[in-house]
Amino acid sequence: MDIPSLLLSSFIIAVTGLFFFIWSLRKGLLDPDPAAAKVIFSRGEIGRVEEPAVPGGTERDLQRTMAVLVGEPDAKELQTRIAADASSARPAFVLLGFAVFWLLVASLAGLTSSIKLHEPDWLTQYAWLSFGRIRTIHLNAVAYGWAPMAALGIALWMLPRLLKTTLEGARVAIGGAILWNIGLAIGIGGIAAGITDGMEWLEIPGQVGVLFALGGAMIGLPLVFTLRRRKVEHLYVSVWYMGAALFWFPVLYIVAKLPNLHFGVEQATMNWWFGHNVLGLFYTPLSLAAVYYFLPKVIGRPIQSYNLSLIGFWCLAFFYGQVGGHHLVGGPVPEWLITLSIVQSIMMIVPVVAFSLNQHLTMRGHFAALRHSPTLRFVVLGGMMYTLSSIQGSFEALRSVNTVTHFTHFTVAHAHLGLYGFVTLVMFGAIYFAMPRIVSREWPFPTLIGVHFWLVTIGFAIYFVSLTTAGVLQGMSMLDAGKPFMESVRVTVPWLEGRSVGGALMTLGHLAFAAHFLLMALGRGPRRSGAAYLRPLVPTA
Amino acid sequence: MENEVKLISGAMVTLAIATASLVVLPYLQLRHEPPTPGLKPYTDAQLRGRQVYIREGCVYCHSQQPRDPSQAPDDKRGWGRPSVAGDYYYDSPHLLGTMRTGPDLFNIGARQPSADWQFGHLYQPRAYTPGSIMPAYPYLFEIRKQAETGDKVVALPPQFVPVGGVVVATQAAQDLVSYLLALDRTFPALAPVAVAGPASN
Repeated sequence: MDIPSLLLSSFIIAVTGLFFFIWSLRKGLLDPDPAAAKVIFSRGEIGRVEEPAVPGGTERDLQRTMAVLVGEPDAKELQTRIAADASSARPAFVLLGFAVFWLLVASLAGLTSSIKLHEPDWLTQYAWLSFGRIRTIHLNAVAYGWAPMAALGIALWMLPRLLKTTLEGARVAIGGAILWNIGLAIGIGGIAAGITDGMEWLEIPGQVGVLFALGGAMIGLPLVFTLRRRKVEHLYVSVWYMGAALFWFPVLYIVAKLPNLHFGVEQATMNWWFGHNVLGLFYTPLSLAAVYYFLPKVIGRPIQSYNLSLIGFWCLAFFYGQVGGHHLVGGPVPEWLITLSIVQSIMMIVPVVAFSLNQHLTMRGHFAALRHSPTLRFVVLGGMMYTLSSIQGSFEALRSVNTVTHFTHFTVAHAHLGLYGFVTLVMFGAIYFAMPRIVSREWPFPTLIGVHFWLVTIGFAIYFVSLTTAGVLQGMSMLDAGKPFMESVRVTVPWLEGRSVGGALMTLGHLAFAAHFLLMALGRGPRRSGAAYLRPLVPTA
Repeated sequence: MENEVKLISGAMVTLAIATASLVVLPYLQLRHEPPTPGLKPYTDAQLRGRQVYIREGCVYCHSQQPRDPSQAPDDKRGWGRPSVAGDYYYDSPHLLGTMRTGPDLFNIGARQPSADWQFGHLYQPRAYTPGSIMPAYPYLFEIRKQAETGDKVVALPPQFVPVGGVVVATQAAQDLVSYLLALDRTFPALAPVAVAGPASN
């Protein structure tokens, strides 16, 4: 049998198997109102909004947009939730603190590299600030600092709530976070000093990676143990995503870092198997877990279709893992591999549509709530960016599109749509929700949340439009054999400058966010209605 | 979903399929791929230079994988024939790259065989390519009052020579240039037996 028919048959068998699998996992597939979607609420709580990120008055405005009678939630279940929050508060705080620190490092490094692309003689005398190194510092500070620390911090905080139990091994998780960050600091210092394994996304040397493995296990294992002492029958959607991601990432990292195994072109396919899966099977599921929790929780309404979320999850699990090869379209890699990756990239439309439809149907009729809830604004916008970036990614994998966009800034813009537009915005929203519960205190300056939102949204819009335009112009001009190569550089320069403007606004937004986070952590600023735990939604007489 | 064991095992199965197709199968298929005839192993100096290339992150702006003429006019730019797996026999880590902020370097040694050009271009890219956005690498060079014996003095266009001194290449710059000059894969490729699949062509 030749390779294409082999691939085709294995593909058909696998997809059929996938759907049988989904079927087997689903009790009462046609039940329109499944109990599992309601796991995140306590008895009597549906219809009641929850938004700790705003003062009590705003939360009451939010409640009014829902136009549902407020029931009184079951007091005993709320006590369980308070216990769950108390058990995770410290480790979540440590992880989120590290996340915010790396966000600042990454922003400054990113902005510096952006400026260097149009000011190539700026600060060239320092090796550690040269483009090739500072850009890599930016990537690693996001990839191993901000994104995983925020996502794991939020996962660790959500999981006890979702399982109605307390977190197991909080101290171990804190120890793990410290180890991980020591590793990252060494790794980033190493890159600055010129010590690197040399592969994109895998620059930090394997010897330092041991600290990641150890630290990651110490953060992940408490979550696995917590899963084992759940007090709920149904595992909520968010738990599937988090559970799977926690097992996926270690495998990815360990396989990628196995010494003396990978070679030449095989190493390149492995490189993009890792590079794309760390997005698709780690940051994406952890962020989707957050959307699936915070969106319904804020508006007090279960997700619209539990079945869609089930399909979305398994299709993501199945298709996403194999898309990485599209980074090597036109490269010296086996042709079947490229074809496989393109097919799976297109198949990714299925889980993405499933998710987007679900988000839209759940929000339908309640978009007014966005006015009152910063969590919702960030999370909903982030969710929309997930749809956009994934659909864009699917089409970008097509040969005809890829021929133009490959090797250009378009890819960089696309990567930022996913990791910034989606993951980072969702994490901002999640942190705004979780922090008041973690430190039992409200955000001291609600205006700063608005400043943060608008700076990063406008900044990112400028960033994305500029860089996408740069990429298209660059790609078109590179395909035109009549134009000298330098033309493909020249056309990008004004747009690269535009990207720096966008990036500067985003960085300003992050500074506002970090300052607010710090004030909150230190207990500075005006005190508002105190602990946001059981704030009454109806003013009591 | 009620069962976490089913969840995790399902998740691991999907990852195993992905790993099989993107890592294990290419491993098995390419493991015995011989080096392309004409490809020479790197010398020690070239390998040291390759480390400089990696350390300075050249790969983030330069690819080393010309595409097929049917897809893109890479050959017309002088970047060479489409590369095949055997061309990377001695490459570890791989440096295929994903960006062309600058040109492809798979055959830079054949395209710009002058060491003087390479040194001067690294010291100040805009001395040779107006409008280039490549960073200058002054820290790979030293400025001396006058050259000593054994110094590799960089020949620069007069307006770029620092006043009252000469630019001397450090060992790192010399290694890097010897690596760049070794990037010459102008020999023909083997008929890519293992690489070509009829799929989707």
